[in-house]
Parts: sequence; structure tokens; C-alpha cells
Amino acid sequence: MARLTLTDITKSFGDTQVLKGISLDVHDGEFLSLVGASGCGKSTLLRIISGLETADTGRIEIDGVGVDEAAPKARNVALVFQDYALYPHMSVAQNMAMPLVMGRLPMYARLPGARFLTPNHTSTRREITSKVEQVAEQLRIAHLLARRPAALSGGQRQRVALGRALVRDPSLFLMDEPLSNLDAKLRVEVRREIVELHRKSGLTFVYVTHDQVEAMTMSDRVAMLQEGRLLQVGAPSTLYGDPASVDVARFIGSPEVNLMPVRTVAGGLDLAGQVLPLATRQPEGATLFLGVRPEALRLVEAGAAGAEPATTLTVTRHSVEDLGGELVVHAALLHAPDIALRLRVQKGSDARAPLMVPSTFRVGVPEGALMLFGADGQRISDPVLSLSEVMA
Amino acid sequence: MSATASLHRRQSRLAYAMIAPAALLILLIYIGPMISVVLASATDYSLISDYWEWVGLDNYRQMFADAQFGNALRNTAIYAAVFLPCAFVIPLTLAISIQNRKQFRSLFEILYFMPVTSTLTAMALVWSALMDSRQGILNQWLSTIGIGPVNFLGSPEAVLFSLAGISLWAIIGFNMVLFMAGLTAIPRSLYDAAKIDGADHPVDEFLRVTWPALAPTSVFVAVTSSITAFKLFDTVAVLTQGQPDHASEVFLYLTFLEGFEYFNMGYAAALSVFFLGVIFVFALIQTLLADRTAH
Repeated sequence: MARLTLTDITKSFGDTQVLKGISLDVHDGEFLSLVGASGCGKSTLLRIISGLETADTGRIEIDGVGVDEAAPKARNVALVFQDYALYPHMSVAQNMAMPLVMGRLPMYARLPGARFLTPNHTSTRREITSKVEQVAEQLRIAHLLARRPAALSGGQRQRVALGRALVRDPSLFLMDEPLSNLDAKLRVEVRREIVELHRKSGLTFVYVTHDQVEAMTMSDRVAMLQEGRLLQVGAPSTLYGDPASVDVARFIGSPEVNLMPVRTVAGGLDLAGQVLPLATRQPEGATLFLGVRPEALRLVEAGAAGAEPATTLTVTRHSVEDLGGELVVHAALLHAPDIALRLRVQKGSDARAPLMVPSTFRVGVPEGALMLFGADGQRISDPVLSLSEVMA
Repeated sequence: MSATASLHRRQSRLAYAMIAPAALLILLIYIGPMISVVLASATDYSLISDYWEWVGLDNYRQMFADAQFGNALRNTAIYAAVFLPCAFVIPLTLAISIQNRKQFRSLFEILYFMPVTSTLTAMALVWSALMDSRQGILNQWLSTIGIGPVNFLGSPEAVLFSLAGISLWAIIGFNMVLFMAGLTAIPRSLYDAAKIDGADHPVDEFLRVTWPALAPTSVFVAVTSSITAFKLFDTVAVLTQGQPDHASEVFLYLTFLEGFEYFNMGYAAALSVFFLGVIFVFALIQTLLADRTAH
């Protein structure tokens, strides 16, 4: 149980500034993901939290106590590495016992062969063994305790690495892309297990990943980094539905968000010549980006019953990806082919029924789902309204 | 049935034909000479006479009764006992301390490796000048701190130590490079994990990570260095010729004396077979240990 506070952390390697002032609060018992493209500084930040690297400036506090100068072991943090970093010459049991052996036995009792010369430490050794067995039981790896890491599968190694982190009852649980070496199916499984582990243990988790799906599905909050800066911190749904900038909007969500360059004109928004009947509070002549998530767009079927949306775009189909339950349609504007659009279309109740997407079709754009970004990429919080509504 | 059988036969014939050149070469270069040495060790063949006859195990009987054989074995053992620990510990220490340096790393590597590239026979002459009992610079240094003069190559007590010193100078760089290659192969994340687990003291780091991970390299270095120790010949031949009073007569030099100075080829062959057996045991140890530590 711990609260982690980072204040204005900076770090440079040589001439490259990797972290440019990161301030972040991780609440007690929270699952926070640090997400970003490779090279954004997320792993460096995690190493600074763990104490493997020292920050150039800034302050790190665990439960209100500054730990900037403390060695990794003194911080009582656990770190799960991307390659698991299991000691190859030790059995699973020895691997898992390592933090306890180092923490509870004095140097002379840890020397090779000292087991037989220091019988007064046998009770400590027994405690360590029973703790390891208990954690192994919990992670369902008790039957593997005698094996070496080389004799384990990727998923089993992953569990051993988790076990080694758990035995010490850490205040902070840090993970550096722990799923990236697993195959896709196993990844989903272990993802669920880690979430379960977090729920049961109630520990504070900081989880580094470049995979936005992992960040979205596992975390209480997501912190997105880019080029050493924090772009946005918030609940997954906030980052998805209410992104602070174009960069966040583009990184979170798959398929990627649709972005269309528009200009404010008298009668609405000018999208490459087509004036959309939409109203904003932006001054006339401003260059903006209109963002919309792929699932918000609607296929408008010709001759379909019901009211037609006020704003429609005519597009040409490029390709269709059939994901089974839904389709991802890649298209481009008919009158401006360099502006691409992605749509997610539900197949409906009968997923087997072929859904025909004509080569040219119309797309309805619901005003409520539109996001507005400035030319600098920052979000403009103004709502986008339909012009007819404004008139009425 | 016959069709698949003949295909099988044709394929295996092709396979044999393909390994034949390599197999023949090995037979010709390694196995053949070994067999002829073993055969020669059962004769009284001599370089100065065409006449020879089978003598059975007489040469071996003579060997175990020979005082010079015992002396050569003892000299080789003393030399190895001095040489081996140093040839292991010094390069390992150097490798670890150079490995962590950011500056001058390659400079140190080159400096320590240079003796390996030099011709030991030629450098032995330089060493003999340095170690000269009267004008040698080593004795001049020793005299400034009040020791000596030491007759490095002339006194029976010192000569094996001096030879070991020269061989060490020649092998340290090589073993160091082997250890450095082993150290480079250890993943950095293991050291990070050790730090997180509390093994951040250098002693713990060495015992928990470095030493176990270096095990295959260590076995290799230990075995090749042992074989090098038993093969000591060139510095003896150039510098001391087994003198003073057989004090530097090591095993291979004795074999050389018997064969090419006293022309007892049959006896020299028996000595060679014994030597071959010892080397074989060490190579076997390495193969078995390497198999075990590879995992």
C-alpha cells in the first residue's frame, strides 16, 4: 500500500533529454499505466521510480517520504522486467526466494555453503521457504519450484517473475512491458491474471506498456507520455472519449481516430471544398482538425427509412477488414481522396450474413461525437453543433 | 519395399561419400599419428638405427622406474600449481575491472592482449635479459627495495617460478579477452534484478550473478590453461634447456630430450602416450562440465 508522488522529474542521457519535467501522482492501490511509443521515456521513468536510475532533478516520494537518494532495495519496490531477468542458474524456488534471502539473512549467512555453518538461521530459512511456497501456490506454479527457468514456457517464466516480485510484499509493484514476450492468446490471459492480482493484493501498480489496448483494459488511470512529456493523465474512457490533444487521440484507440482538416467559413466548416453544416465558436478562417472515432460514423443506406443525418460525406471504399462480428472499412473522401476515413460497422445479429459495402457510399457524421482540435494539435473544448439546431 | 530400400541405400551411400573427405583428413592428420605413436611406444625404435623390434610394455616399465620421469612430472606439477591459479584469477580480475570502465577500455584491452600477439620464443630472449642475475633490470629494481639479487633462471628454487611468470605474461591477455566475452554475454537486466532484490553489494553481485553466469567460460579457461601449462616447452628450450640440474626439466622437454637428443624414439613415444592420456582426461572434464553448465 503506497502513494507515489513524482515532482518535476527530468533526466538526460548525454545531450538527449529523455524526461522533461514529469509530475505525477499515483494513488494508494491504484493501477496506473504509463503508455507511449517507444523512446518516449516511459521505461526510464519506471527505472527512476525503482531506483535503478537517478533523476537529474525532481523529487520522488513514496507515502510522503522522499526516496531520491535511497537504493532500490530500500524503496521496497518490486520490478518485473520485460525479459523477466530470472537467474538462469537458480531453480524457480531459489529465484523467488532471492529478495527474501538478501533482505533477511546477513552477508555471512548467504555465502556459499554457509547453510551448514549457520544453523541459527534455519528458522529464517524455513520462513522464506514457506513464503515462497505460499506465493507459488497462489500463482499456480508450485509444481515448478524445482525447475530451472530454461525448462519453463514463456507464460510460466512470467509467473515466476511475478512471484519473485510478490514474495517481498512490496509497497509498489512496477512492471516494464511484462507481456511483450508472450504470444497474443497468452497475453490476453495473463492480462486478466495481472488485473486479478492487483485486485486481490490491493497494491499500487505502475505498469509500462506501448500497447494502448493493455493500458485501456487493465488500468484505473492511464498516463500518456510523448517525447519526455506527460500529455494526459486520466481514466481510460477519458483518454478515449475526451483526449487532450491530437497525439493522445491518435495513440489511443484502434483503428485510429479519423482526423479531417477543416476551415471555419460563413456557412459552417469547409472540408476540402465541401461545406459541412456545423457550427463552432471559432472565428471565421481558423484552421482546425475535426476528429471522430471510427465507430461513431454511420453507413447511410440509400432509401433507408428514418431521418437522414444532417451531415453526410460521400466516400469511396478502399478495403474492408472482416473481424467476424464487425467490419473495419477503409475509405477516402470522394472529392478529396487524400483524406482517409476509417469506419467500424457492426454486422448486427447475424454475423454470418454478408454485409455488402458498395464501392461508393455515404457516411453520416453525428455532431455529438465530433472533437475539435486546433492547428497546434491541442483540443478545443467547444462543442460542435449542427447548424440547423443553432438556427432553431 | 525394394524401391524405398534402394532409395535408402543410395541416400546413405551419398551421405558417406559426402563425409568421406573430412573423415579421411581427420584420420590422416589426427588418428593416424596417434596410432603410430602408440605402436612406436611398443618398440625400441631409435633414430640412429634401421633395426627395431617389438618390446611390448618395456618402455612403460622403464618410464615408471625412471627417476627423470618422476622429476619431470614433479617439475610440471609445481609449475602448473604456480601458473594455473594466477592464469585464472588475474585475467578474471582484470576483465571485471576493465569491463566497467567507460574510458580507455579498448586501450587496456590492447595493452594486455599485446603479449599474445608476440612470438614467445623471441620475447623469451628479452625476458632472459630482464632476468639476468647480474645486469638484469629486475634485479636492479629488487636491489632498490633491498632484496636480491635473485638468480631467476639459474637457481633451482627460482627457475620454475620465473618460467611461470613469463608464461603468465604471455597468456593473461588471452584469458582476459575470453572472460570479457563471457561478461559481455551476461544480460544487464540480471544485474538490475539483483539490485532490486537487494544484491547490490559487489560481493553479492559477483557471487549471485557474475560467477554463475561465467561458469562455462571459467571451465573453458581453466581447461585450456591447464593444457597450456602441461605443454610448457619453448621457453625451457630457449632459456634454460632443463638447467640448472634438471630443475626446469618439464615433461615435454624430457620427451624432446629422449627422442631427439638421446634418439630413444620408442621411449619418447611412450612418454607422449602418457602425456596424451593426461590431456585427454582434462579435455573430457571440460566436455562433461561444459555440457552441464550450458543450461
